[in-house]
Amino acid sequence: MSRINAWITYLQVAPLALVFLLFLVVPIATIIVVSFFDYNTTQIIPAFILQNYDELLTSPVTWRTYLQTIEFAAITWVLTLVIGFAVAYFMAFHVRSPTVQTVLFLICTIPFWTSNVIRMISWIPFLGRNGLANTTLLNLGLIREPLEFLLFSDFAVVLAYVHLYTLFMVVPIFNSMMRIDRALLEAARDAGASGWQTLWNVVVPLCKPGIAIGSIFVVTIVMGDFVTVRLMSGGQSASVGLMMMNAMSLLQYPAAAANAVILLLLVLFTVAAMMRMVDIRKEL
Amino acid sequence: MARKSNGGVGRRRMLKGAAGVAGAALGSGAITGFPAIWAQNIKNITLRQCGTGVSAINEIAAKCKADLGFTLQMTALDSDAVVQRVVTQPNSFDIGDIEYWMCKKVFPANTLQAMDVKRIKYFDKIVPIFTTGKLKPDSVIAQGTAPNTVSFVEGPGSTKFAKGQTGWFTMIPTIYNADTLGIRPDLVGRKIENWKDILDPKFKGKTSILNIPSIGIMDAAMICESAGIVKYGDKGNMTKAEIDKTIDFLIKTKKEGQFRAFWKTFDESVNLMTSGEVVIQSMWSPAVSAVRAKGVPCVYQPLKEGYRAWGGGLSLAKHLKGAQLDAAYEYINWYLSGWVGAFLNRQGYYSAVLETAKANMSADEWGFWMEGKPAQGDIKNPQGVVVEKKGAVRDGGSFYDRMGAVACWNAVMDEDRYMVQKWNQFIAA
Repeated sequence: MSRINAWITYLQVAPLALVFLLFLVVPIATIIVVSFFDYNTTQIIPAFILQNYDELLTSPVTWRTYLQTIEFAAITWVLTLVIGFAVAYFMAFHVRSPTVQTVLFLICTIPFWTSNVIRMISWIPFLGRNGLANTTLLNLGLIREPLEFLLFSDFAVVLAYVHLYTLFMVVPIFNSMMRIDRALLEAARDAGASGWQTLWNVVVPLCKPGIAIGSIFVVTIVMGDFVTVRLMSGGQSASVGLMMMNAMSLLQYPAAAANAVILLLLVLFTVAAMMRMVDIRKEL
Repeated sequence: MARKSNGGVGRRRMLKGAAGVAGAALGSGAITGFPAIWAQNIKNITLRQCGTGVSAINEIAAKCKADLGFTLQMTALDSDAVVQRVVTQPNSFDIGDIEYWMCKKVFPANTLQAMDVKRIKYFDKIVPIFTTGKLKPDSVIAQGTAPNTVSFVEGPGSTKFAKGQTGWFTMIPTIYNADTLGIRPDLVGRKIENWKDILDPKFKGKTSILNIPSIGIMDAAMICESAGIVKYGDKGNMTKAEIDKTIDFLIKTKKEGQFRAFWKTFDESVNLMTSGEVVIQSMWSPAVSAVRAKGVPCVYQPLKEGYRAWGGGLSLAKHLKGAQLDAAYEYINWYLSGWVGAFLNRQGYYSAVLETAKANMSADEWGFWMEGKPAQGDIKNPQGVVVEKKGAVRDGGSFYDRMGAVACWNAVMDEDRYMVQKWNQFIAA
């Protein structure tokens, strides 16, 4: 009997296992294998060489690009966390009526019904030299020369990231907050905690799973991004994804694969570190 | 060469059935410009063409359906994606609309087949840039991947480029042009004559070059050579030292803030120029028209050092055979027969067979686009929108003035791998 049960269990996990095997394990294994291949202008040559990794890891460009990507990820993470937390807090604790909560939540999500790229590109005419922002500031007499750093700069990149990805923080944090038993807040107040103390000692710890999930979303998306960096920096900044794009555009798949493996390791490491701090499964 | 126009009949025996044979006989060259394959057989044929956006034109597909009866499905991709598609998914397309520099890279991958010149009706009339390499008998072949160097392979099924002309053609030229810098005449405030003028400190933070490594490096080379920074043996095939010098110079210029942005797509270049973010930049000819169409003055400035030229062409996928291959040849012959040529010329590109295109254009159109003459009346684009008023003269002048002043063709270098590493360094700097 227990044997049959075991089989049934295996059958039950089989579909998902198969999907993972086909669409996750096989592609990643392929990337890893290809990253050791050799290549020339026209073809990829099956081999086992370390040259791709060697060229990648010994080049100062790689390190600089990785640092830049991590920097983008870190700044974006901090900003989206602060903004996302504030927005979620407002919706969860300051808005009393569930109807208004739902409406506000919908308002947050509506921009996400448009394409990611459109939302990003719409910043360009706004921030440009003769764009809305500069024209307004000039007309108000606040500045004399158009602010050049607004567009095609790291500022623009981070701005777009924050705009695009804050919702990924808002949703899970809001979700965590809604599960907090309001009695705990009252208890904290009765025990004499100030507003900040309640926030820091009650709300934040209970929101940890939401924060962790949001952080994983934001950090992994930013680390793998190439479109935002290219469009918003006007090609002035690099990211790891862009490096891979450049390599692939010249059919240098093994070089791009090696880079992908390194990036994957870095992201896995980051996510593992986050999971260590918060046990998401336990909290869900 | 005594090339008979009915030489294709024997090869059409693949067509099954009497109807097919009758159709083949009917179209064996006696009637020109009409489908040579029996409509019953070809109406079910679909040719999938994948290529760069410039030549994926819906009007052409519609006219092809009307004239030839078969369906042409076009997929527009950016140049990098085209290269990848042709090499890695050879069965996903029938006609590869690729550029000559790509050809050097992808043809050896053995996913394309060479064409039999005997089946190309207008082969003898193709502009000699693509066959002998010389526009006029006394022309000097420009640097880079000049089309004639990758136009012929040694035989059917070969992937080895032939030194001279053979009977096996890799690509039918579709669109080609000579590129230079675009400027905003209202904002530059000085005369622009050389490629190095983009480095003028006056334009600090108001210039751009394109961020497609294989093309960007060529514009950079034109600039470096003009400014006397580097002297190249062959700009289209730089040595490592030349790449180093070029990129180092680019990095230095970038750090000084000379560039506003690096564009990668057509629309980005148009927007940069229209919005006034940049006043001088690398540009493609239709982008200049697009800027002007918005009422913003823009000039495609001819420069003393000459142009950087590029060209695209149609190539046949390796898997094509039988009726599909016949249809592909029909398509190619139709492509060169004039209607398409006139269409492309009206967009400011050049087409492969001038004679047939001329027959499909008015004398005024031909004079304006091809001979550098002032327009006698309004000049319209293929969609019927007026693009130039009476009296306008094309920037750079006539076909021979422009294509005769090509300094370099877009190219793939032997040190390709190294170049991309360095280019990444430049973008990351």
